[in-house]
Amino acid sequence: MSDLVSTIIANYNYWIYITLMMIGLYAMIAKNNLVKKIVGMNIFQTAIILFYVSIGAKRGATIPILEHAHNGHGHGAASHMVHAVDYINPLPHVLMLTAIVVAVATLGVALALAIRVYNRYNTLEEDEILAQIREK
Amino acid sequence: MIWQLDLAILTLVVIAAIGAITIKDLLGAAILFGSYSFMMCLLWSIMGAVDVAFTEASVGAGVSTVFFVAAVFRTSRRTKD
Repeated sequence: MSDLVSTIIANYNYWIYITLMMIGLYAMIAKNNLVKKIVGMNIFQTAIILFYVSIGAKRGATIPILEHAHNGHGHGAASHMVHAVDYINPLPHVLMLTAIVVAVATLGVALALAIRVYNRYNTLEEDEILAQIREK
Repeated sequence: MIWQLDLAILTLVVIAAIGAITIKDLLGAAILFGSYSFMMCLLWSIMGAVDVAFTEASVGAGVSTVFFVAAVFRTSRRTKD
């Protein structure tokens, strides 16, 4: 029991990421305003990106840039051993860089659609839009 | 990675997220979302993902906030929830 509790406390960051994800999901499902739904979608996306980046992080390591890569001694690259333990894993970073760009493209399309909806129905509230659609 | 700083900024991020979806003004939601993105970028630079951090600072916080503010000014600021 105590080692279960210590596992939960040691992985506190995962619980906070899940909380953030659920905040975003709640906003997408339960909020009535279209812009609030789009904010919720963005919070959900950032929580997933945060989860992936935290997988690559490790204690006692530095950023993934080689030290002494160009020290002016010609072709001495083989003399420096590169220890992968000393560097943070950059693979999740590269994947999530793509996800950020996709997220901002999704946001642009979603806001453009929201503006079109506002121009047609003159409101951003979902229940009023649905009521206007039912009247026709 | 300093876990005290990590936990403090994670708490602020959760507060900013809850504030962004509960505030009764869409312009305020856009600004709170911008602050959420900047704190997220701080979190990533703590984790050592500097490339992701500066992409988020320019694209996520900068361009997203501009998009939100432009959309809010083209529509309306009022919201019921």
